[in-house]
Amino acid sequence: MITDQLLAKNFAEAEVAGRSLWMDARLRFMRNKAALFFLVVLVLIVLFTLLGPLIAVTDHETIDFSMIGQAEEKGQPSIANGHYFGYDDQGRDLYSRVIQGTWISILVGVIGATVAVVIGTLYGAIAGYFGGRVDSIMMRLVDILMAIPFMFVLILLLVAFERSITMLFVGIGMLSWLGMARIVRGQTISIKNKEFIEAAAASGVGSFTIIIRHIVPNLLGVVTVYATLLVPEMILTESFISFVGLGVQAPDTSLGQLINVGAGTLQYGTKWQLLFPLGFFVVLIFSLFFVGDGLRDALDPKDR
Amino acid sequence: MLLDVKDLSVQFTIPDGSIQAVKNVSFTLEAGETLAIVGESGSGKSQAVFAMMGLLAQNGRATGSVLFNGKEILNAPLKELNKVRAAEIAMIFQDPMTSLNPYKRISDQMAEVLMLHKGMSKADAVKECVSMLDAVRIPEAKARLRQYPHEFSGGMRQRVMIAMSLLCRPKLLIADEPTTALDVTVQAQIMTLLSEIQKEFGTAIILITHDLGVVAGTCRETLVLYGGQVMEQSPTEDMFESPTHPYTMGLLHAIPRLDQGGEELATIPGNPPNMMNMPKGCPFSPRCEFVVDQCASQMPPLVAVGDRRRACHRTVEELVV
Amino acid sequence: MSEREILLSVSGLKVTFDVYPHGAMPWTKPRKLKAVDGVDFDLFAGETLGIVGESGCGKSTLARAVARMVPASAGQVLWLGKDLLNMDSRHLKAVRSDVQFIFQDPLASLNPRMTVGQIISEPLRTHYPKLSRGEVKATVKDMMDKVGLLPNMINRYPHEFSGGQCQRIGIARALIINPKLIICDEPVSALDVSIQAQVINLLMKLQKELGIALIFIAHDLSVVKHISTRVMVLYLGNVVEVADAKMLYARQRHPYTQALISAVPIPDPKIEKGKKIILLEGDLPSPLYPPSGCVFRTRCPKVQAICSIERPKLETLDDGHKVACHFHD
Repeated sequence: MITDQLLAKNFAEAEVAGRSLWMDARLRFMRNKAALFFLVVLVLIVLFTLLGPLIAVTDHETIDFSMIGQAEEKGQPSIANGHYFGYDDQGRDLYSRVIQGTWISILVGVIGATVAVVIGTLYGAIAGYFGGRVDSIMMRLVDILMAIPFMFVLILLLVAFERSITMLFVGIGMLSWLGMARIVRGQTISIKNKEFIEAAAASGVGSFTIIIRHIVPNLLGVVTVYATLLVPEMILTESFISFVGLGVQAPDTSLGQLINVGAGTLQYGTKWQLLFPLGFFVVLIFSLFFVGDGLRDALDPKDR
Repeated sequence: MLLDVKDLSVQFTIPDGSIQAVKNVSFTLEAGETLAIVGESGSGKSQAVFAMMGLLAQNGRATGSVLFNGKEILNAPLKELNKVRAAEIAMIFQDPMTSLNPYKRISDQMAEVLMLHKGMSKADAVKECVSMLDAVRIPEAKARLRQYPHEFSGGMRQRVMIAMSLLCRPKLLIADEPTTALDVTVQAQIMTLLSEIQKEFGTAIILITHDLGVVAGTCRETLVLYGGQVMEQSPTEDMFESPTHPYTMGLLHAIPRLDQGGEELATIPGNPPNMMNMPKGCPFSPRCEFVVDQCASQMPPLVAVGDRRRACHRTVEELVV
Repeated sequence: MSEREILLSVSGLKVTFDVYPHGAMPWTKPRKLKAVDGVDFDLFAGETLGIVGESGCGKSTLARAVARMVPASAGQVLWLGKDLLNMDSRHLKAVRSDVQFIFQDPLASLNPRMTVGQIISEPLRTHYPKLSRGEVKATVKDMMDKVGLLPNMINRYPHEFSGGQCQRIGIARALIINPKLIICDEPVSALDVSIQAQVINLLMKLQKELGIALIFIAHDLSVVKHISTRVMVLYLGNVVEVADAKMLYARQRHPYTQALISAVPIPDPKIEKGKKIILLEGDLPSPLYPPSGCVFRTRCPKVQAICSIERPKLETLDDGHKVACHFHD
C-alpha cells in the first residue's frame, strides 16, 4: 500500500491553510464591540491585581495603629500619602486590600469554573454517549445532588471543617459541576446522532476515542460559554458566603468581605470603604457577563 | 396576459457584502398555462417567486416589475398584497410537515381562508372545505377535516395544502418543489392530481423544481435559471428534444435515465455558483464547454428565436460536441 | 473465479425496535416496530447491489444491521463465511476495516472541527497505528488526488468545501484502507443534479479500478439502476423483488415494482405524455401494525384472499429473477 513510488510522488504545491471554526468564532467575537471592550476591561483588572502592588505603600495586612478609629477624619483616599483608596476601619491600606480581594475573587471564580468544566464535561459526555442504563444512573445521581440546597451544604462544610480557602474551593468545586454535566449530556446526545460520529464508529474507532476526539471538541463551544457564565456565579456565591462571615478568613479578604465591612461602616461616613470594593465587584461581574454573552453569540452552537 | 414579469432582480445584504440572488429575470404566463422554472441550488428560482409574493427575508430587496392581470404587485403595500394572496395567487411549499400549523385542526386552517377572503360563515366555509378535500381525493373527507396535521401522512398533507390553495379558485398556483420531500409513488399521485386540477379549474401553474423528469410530464413551458439569471426558455417538448443552451444540454446529459443503460454520465465540470463571487458576464461561463473570451466579461442578452428565448453568445449551430 | 466469491450472506435478518408510546409509564410494555422483517440476500465480490424502496421500507436499517451498527433481532449474517452478528470485538474491528460507509449528508458526515487530512486519515490511524506521519500524509494526498480533490487543500476544514467536494472527502475516507465493501446510504440525494453525475461517475470508476463491492441505497430509482448490477426492492421491511438492473426496467414481476417503475418520471416529454402510471391506492401502513400475510396486500391491484393469510416466499425464477408474490407476472 505505501510504496516508495507513493512517497516519492511529489505533491509539490504548498498546502493551503484552513480556516477553522474557532477562527470564524474569533472573527465574530472581534466584531462585537461591547464584548471586546469588556474583555479589555477584564484584562486591565487582572493586570491591576498583578501590577498594582508595585505602587502600594503597604501590604494588605499592615495595620497603622494610629489610624484606628480615626478613619473618618484622617483616613480618606489621597494620592499624596500613597493610600489611594484610603484606610479601612482597622487602619489597613484599602488599596492593597482591594487588590488582594479582587485576586481572591477571581481565583475562586476561575478555579471553581475549571473544576466544573473538567468534571462536568467528562461526566456528561460519558452519560450522554453511552445512554441507556449508564445514562439513567448517572443522571439520577446528578438530580439527587442538585436537589440538595447548595448554600446549605456549603455552609455546613465550612462550619464542620476549617474555614479555609481550600475548603471553600473544594466546596464550590464539588457542587458546581452538576449544571455543566446536565448541559454537556444534552449536547452530547444531539452530537452523537450526527453522521460523522456514525462514520467514526463504522470505521472501527473505539468508544472512548470517539468521545475524546469527536464529541468533546464539538462540545467546547457550549462549554466555554457556560463556563464563562459560571465564573461570575462562583464569585457571587463566594461573596455571599463572605458576607455572612463564613468565607475567607482575616487577614485575607475577598471583595465580598470588603463590601460586607464597608456596608457596615457606611453610617460613619467612610463612603470610600464601600464604594471602592463595590465598584470593582460590579465592574468585574459586569465584564464577565458581557464577555460571556459575546462568546455565546460568537460560538452560537445552533449554527453548527 | 395573466402574469408579466420584467427584469425581476433580488439582492440580499449580508455582513460580508451583498448577494445578487436573482438578476433581470423576465417571463410571461397566460391564463391556464403551465410553466416550469428549473434550476439547481443558487439558481434563484425560489427567491424570484418569493419576491413576487412579498415573502422575501428582511435583508432582501426586489426590483423590477411584476404585473398580475395588469396590476403591479411587486413591493406592493401589504394590504394590497394580502388581497391578492390566496385569493388570486396561491402558493404551496416544499415541506408539507411544516406548512401546516400543528396546533390547529385542518377544518380551522382551511375555513380561515374562506372566511377571510370570501366573507363566508364558518358553516358554509366548512362545507366548501369538504368538497375541496373530496376533489383532491382525500378519503372520508368529512371525518378527516376534524383531524390535526400530524394525523396525516406527507402525501396527504400536500393534498391538504393543494386543497387549501384552491379554495378561493385562484388564477395562479405556485408550487415550490411540492414533491421533493415525497416518495416517488406519492409524487406520481400528486403530479397527476395537479394536472387534473389544472384542467378542471383552469388554474395557471408555476412549478418550481430541479427534477427534469417531473417537468417533462406536466408543464408546457420551461424556464431554465442558473446563478440567478435566465439561460433558456422553451416549450418543454422542444427543450428536451433540442436544447439550445449549453447548461440545459449539460443537465439533460447528466441525469441517469431509467430507460437507458449504464454508460458514463456526461458531467458538467466544476461546482455550483458561489453567490458571493459571480463573474461579470454569464454566470455559467466557468463551467461551460463552449466558453469563449466574451462570456466571462459580458452577459449575453436574452434573445428570442421563434417561440424560444436563449441567453448565449454562441449560436445554436456552434453548440455541437 | 473471484467474481463469484460471496462476500456477504444474509438470511432471515430481522431488526425490531421497541417503541414506547408518548408519555408512557416506566412499566408500559413497548410496541414492536418491525423495521426489517426477514431479509435474505447474497452479495458477490465486485458487484453493486442497489437497494431501493420508499419511506419505511427499512433499507437504511438493513444496511446498518448488516454492518453491525444496529443490533439485529434475528437471523444470520456471514461475512466471508464467518458469523458476523456474534463476533467478538477484536475480530469485529478487523471486519470494520473491510466494510466502510458513505453517508447522505455530505457536510454532517464530517467532523467540523477536524481538517480534511485528519478526517481522511482517521481509518488509517485506527487500523494501522504504526505508520509514520509522513506515510500517512502521502497516502492521504494520493487519495485526495484519486477522488478529484486538490491535495494541497489537506489542511482545510469541511465547511470550506462545497457539497460535492465534501462527498468526495467522505469517499476518500471510505477508500483509504482498501475495503472490500462500501455501503453507500443515499450518497447523492443531497447533491445538485450536475454534481450527482460527477460523484456517480467517480464511484463507478473507482469501483471498477479497485474491484470493490458496493451496496447502494437510494430512493432515486434512476440513479440506482444506473450504478447497480443487481437491484433489490424493499417494501415495509420485506424483500419483494431482486433482479438484474437491466431487467428491472424491461420487465417487473411484482405489482409493487411495477407501480414503482411506472411512477418514476423520465425526462422525455413524449414518453411521459403517453405513459400509463399505475397509481397505488391508500397510504403506506404503519410498520407498527404491518398487514398480515403479504404486507403489500392493502394497496395491491392483484390482491386476493390468500394474500392476507399466507406470506409469499421469495422464490427464484429461471432467469435468476427473485419475486415474493402469489400472483407475480
